[in-house]
Amino acid sequence: MTPELHTFLLILVCAGVTIALRALPFLALGRGGGQPPALVRRLGERLPPAVMAILVIYCLRGTSFTALAGWLPALAAAAATIGLHLWRRNTLLSIAGGTALYMLLIRWL
Amino acid sequence: MNKELRYALRRTVPVLCGYLFLGIAFGVLLQQAGYGWPWALLISGIVYAGSMQFALVGLITGGAGVLATALMTLAVNGRHLFYGVTFLERFRAMGKACPYMVFSLTDETYSLLCAETTPEGLDPDRTLLLISLLDHLYWVAGSVLGGVLGAGLPFDAAGIDFAMTALFLVIFTEQWLSARRHRPALTGLAAGLVCLLVLGADRFIIPAMLLAAALLMPGAQPPEKEARHDP
Repeated sequence: MTPELHTFLLILVCAGVTIALRALPFLALGRGGGQPPALVRRLGERLPPAVMAILVIYCLRGTSFTALAGWLPALAAAAATIGLHLWRRNTLLSIAGGTALYMLLIRWL
Repeated sequence: MNKELRYALRRTVPVLCGYLFLGIAFGVLLQQAGYGWPWALLISGIVYAGSMQFALVGLITGGAGVLATALMTLAVNGRHLFYGVTFLERFRAMGKACPYMVFSLTDETYSLLCAETTPEGLDPDRTLLLISLLDHLYWVAGSVLGGVLGAGLPFDAAGIDFAMTALFLVIFTEQWLSARRHRPALTGLAAGLVCLLVLGADRFIIPAMLLAAALLMPGAQPPEKEARHDP
C-alpha cells in the first residue's frame, strides 16, 4: 500500500467513526415514526446546559495556576464575556469583547 | 432564502472567527506534515471534527494503523454521541436535510442550534440548515486557506480562537438567564470539574458527559415544566 493510500484509509476510518457517533442516537432511538421514550426526551432537553458547561471547562482545561500568564488571560476574558453578556445581552458584543481582551492579555503577560 | 441567509450569517459570526482561525491552523499543520490543501479540503470536508483532525495529523505522520485511528476517534469524538439526543425529532422533521444535519453536528453547531429561536417570518428549517452549512463552509475554507498559505500568514491572529470559548460561555449564560431551573447547568459544571480534577485534562470530557447524563436522567419534574428551546 502506498503511503498516500494508507493516509486516505485513515481519513476514511476517522470520518466513518465520527459519522457513526453522530448518527447513533438517530439510528437507535425512536425510529419508525414513534416518539422517543420520555426518558430520552427529558435527557435531550436537559443536556444542552450541562453540555455547554462541560464544553466551557473543556476549552479552559489548559489553565494552570503556576504563573500569572497561565490563568489570567483566559479567566479574565471569560469573566468579561459573562459580564458583558449580563450587562447588554448582545451575543456578538460579548464574544468580541471577551476575545479582544484575551488577545490583548496574552500579548501583554 | 435571502432573509434566512442574512440572519444565519449574523448568527454564525462567532463560529466564523473561531473556525477560520482554527481551520487555518489545521491547514498549516497538515501542509507542514507534507499534505497540501487538497488533503485539507478532503479531511475538513468529510471528517469535520476540529480537535480530532489535529490528532489525525499526528496519526498520519506517526504511521498509525486503522485500529489505533478508530480508537482515537472514539475517544476524542465520543462526546458527539450525546448531541443527537437533543435534536432527534427536530432533525427528523427536516426530511431530506436530516442526514446532513446529523453529519454536521459539531460542538459549535450544536451550541448555535441549541440557542436558536428563529424569529417570525423566517423559515426555521432553512435557517437551521443554513447555520449548519455556513459553519461547515467556514471550517473547510479556513483549512484550505491554511494549506495554501502555509506558515506565511500575513498577520498575528493568536488568541482569536478564544471566540469559541466565548461562544460557549455566552450560550451557557443565555440558557442560565432563560431557564427556570438550574439543575442541568449546575450538574454539568459539577460533573465537568470533578472529572477534570480526578481524571486530568486529556480524558475527562466523555466521563463528564456520561456522569451528567446519568445524573440528569432521573428526576420528578415533567418535561413540560422545563425551559425548552422553541420547536
